[in-house]
Amino acid sequence: MFESLSERFEGIFDRLRSKGTLRESDVDEVLREIRLALLEADVNFVVVKSILARIREAAIGARVHEALNPAQQVIKLVNEALVEALGGESVRIQYASRPPTVVLMAGLQGSGKTTNSAKLARWFRQQGRNPLLVGADLQRPAAVEQLRTMGERVGVPVFSQPGDPVETARAGVDEARRLGRDVCIVDTAGRLAIDAELMDQVRRISQATSPDYTFLVVDAMTGQDAVTVAESFDAALALDGVILTKLDGDARGGAALSVKEVVGKPIAFASTGEKVEDFDLFHPDRLASRILGMGDVLTLIEKAEQVYEKEEAEQTAAKLLEGKFTLDDFLEQLQQVRKMGPLQNLMGMMPGMPKEMRNAEIDEGQVNRVEAIIRSMTRDERVDPTIIDGSRRLRIANGSGTQTSDVSQLLKQFREMQKLMKRMPGISGTKSARSGRGKKGKGKKGRKGGGGRVTPAGTGRTTPKQPFTLPGLD
Amino acid sequence: MEIVILLVVLAVVIVASLAYVGLRARGSTDLEPPPAPPVEAGASEVVVVEDEGQASGTVLAPPPEAPTVEGPPVEVPPVRPSFRDRLAKARGTFSGYLGSIRSRKVDAETWDELEEALIRADVGVAATQQILDQLRTMAKDESISDPEVLLERLKALLKGMLATSDRSLHHQAGGPNVWLFVGVNGVGKTTTIGKIARQQGAQGRSVVMAAGDTFRAAAAEQLAMWADRTGADIVRGSEGGDPSSVIFDAVERAAARGNDLVLGDTAGRLHTKTNLMDELRKVRRVADRDPGNVTEVLLVLDATTGQNGLVQAQQFTDAVDVTGVVLTKLDGSAKGGIALAIQATLGIPIKLVGLGETVDDLVEFDPDEFVEALFA
Repeated sequence: MFESLSERFEGIFDRLRSKGTLRESDVDEVLREIRLALLEADVNFVVVKSILARIREAAIGARVHEALNPAQQVIKLVNEALVEALGGESVRIQYASRPPTVVLMAGLQGSGKTTNSAKLARWFRQQGRNPLLVGADLQRPAAVEQLRTMGERVGVPVFSQPGDPVETARAGVDEARRLGRDVCIVDTAGRLAIDAELMDQVRRISQATSPDYTFLVVDAMTGQDAVTVAESFDAALALDGVILTKLDGDARGGAALSVKEVVGKPIAFASTGEKVEDFDLFHPDRLASRILGMGDVLTLIEKAEQVYEKEEAEQTAAKLLEGKFTLDDFLEQLQQVRKMGPLQNLMGMMPGMPKEMRNAEIDEGQVNRVEAIIRSMTRDERVDPTIIDGSRRLRIANGSGTQTSDVSQLLKQFREMQKLMKRMPGISGTKSARSGRGKKGKGKKGRKGGGGRVTPAGTGRTTPKQPFTLPGLD
Repeated sequence: MEIVILLVVLAVVIVASLAYVGLRARGSTDLEPPPAPPVEAGASEVVVVEDEGQASGTVLAPPPEAPTVEGPPVEVPPVRPSFRDRLAKARGTFSGYLGSIRSRKVDAETWDELEEALIRADVGVAATQQILDQLRTMAKDESISDPEVLLERLKALLKGMLATSDRSLHHQAGGPNVWLFVGVNGVGKTTTIGKIARQQGAQGRSVVMAAGDTFRAAAAEQLAMWADRTGADIVRGSEGGDPSSVIFDAVERAAARGNDLVLGDTAGRLHTKTNLMDELRKVRRVADRDPGNVTEVLLVLDATTGQNGLVQAQQFTDAVDVTGVVLTKLDGSAKGGIALAIQATLGIPIKLVGLGETVDDLVEFDPDEFVEALFA
């Protein structure tokens, strides 16, 4: 149902490729597809119109650069337009010169204000601050309880008192000052944008606390209504930014684009999971690829860079290319990869992953078992698994607490992987990887330009002429 | 950089192969040394678990006062007028949306504006195109040029898509009926249960709430407050405990006390989380075990939800066989058009609509009012 934009483009681009340059009619055809993709991603109708107008202008002007492949050219333009529309850079928090820095959280019911108040508190703590959470949602039953529990979980004190939310918020800020907490996060009740009474109440909370930052909490699954909500809250509170929640689902998050366009303020934070640590500053370029259905390659690379040492990486890669990849290397790689975060999350970031695989729950216990099996092998066995016979297999199974069939399966899997690795260089595009992952990765090369921001540096290393290219990076 | 990318790819191939192995292993049961979940096994075992865990299964509310008398079909209280009133409030903000369509004869622009109206109501691109294609054929066949006639046809078409014989909440005689409430996070499951408990109580049914949301902080407290307000029983488990056992415990208690209805709350979950959806499957299975009888599985859907709502409905139906949709927060500015797409595509009827914060604001769905409001 929600095929990605790149898939949509395939047909058009196959035709375009033979042409060489973009004609106006081609641009229009592509724009129609982009329009559909944006609407399906829940970008607001009006916002779609204005973005398309911008893309069209850029696309037609860009026809002069005939050197580029038209497909790449359009994708690049679209991506740039989206990144620009989403706000270019990540936000930077400026702390108040006279603490506390007050942060007000507002939004519809069920958008995730309470949970994200706590997550934000945790984030501030990581920045070396001492936040205080203020529970001013006195409406929903047990909302303050929830905040208290969450506060405990992230190690941040919570202030609340029954009665009037405006008074509670005011007292909360005073309390923060008294305790010397330098950040004060005020959680408010969810309210409908058209509820005049409650909107007035939140306005009074805002006046009473004079927040340095007012964040609108928006559910990534929100549809066309996001614009109305953002407009109303912005009118009442003068928003400073948006916190986008529930991004861990498969909603495209087009609402973010709508909100950004309307409010004109950046999306500051994004929440990507149920755990308190699944929360970080927002990266517009990454959501752009998501709206277009292109995966999150940049985050993946960033994580990889944190984990891998360059030299070590080159050695491994060399081994890999020579086909000398042993189970020892496999084990080492596996451990490195796990340092990058839960395997589940990594899968989700890969572009071109088949959906069933991306959403498959990876059992980390399964991975532990694989590690145990390899560790139960002797050095000789790890270097040359072919020597593993029935009795060795049984020993390994016993040693790792698994069944012999598990051992066999791992070995089989490893052999297949080795074959795959050997075929990797020299073959263009994702072909080799594809056979391992099923049909969906097909023919993506050159179609998913990530805006040309990350260009593989083709410097003189021992890599073969045609390096393995990740879709989206050429 | 190339090297890093290469390794990332390698990593992913590794991960993918592991995931693949994992998937297959799960499929063929005999490969794994299975640490089978205990509650799965049998009713007797569950009872043992419950008895040992003193935290789980505490009855908070007083015992049910009245033994029950049964009337088979369910009728939600007649609060129909509030649908119109409540929607009118939201409608006021957006009046005149179709103004320019009405002002001239049907032309190319009319179609564009109709498309815009439907998409803006979150009906979705695919459904909108389908609807308008049908309307176009109709307009051609009957050579309609009057915009009012065209609009009437469109509304009739939409109402036709929403037509269903049965929007009642099912209740069968015999053991305690279980109504499960499922959905993604923050849609209003707990609140909906509170309201339904009050309404069902008013109809003379004795209700037990099962605090199956053992994940979110203070979710059980929230439900307990509703139980307090409505005078229903509540069965709670420990935070982080097994939701199936909480529900089963509630069913057993309801059976022992001769209660009619168990309202099973579940933790909000994104439909993409395979393990959580499996957990939900189990909740349904366990709830359906004797003496329980699952007669409704209601998907609670926030009216502001966009196109992802369709995927949600699909996934939840695949997992637990959803019998109806509760569309909440329709008193806001959102039109809830995705519910139309859901009923049209998946055939799941919208049963109830949330139009405000009070108990009486949860009303039976009215397709006519809903369609009118789409264009308001």
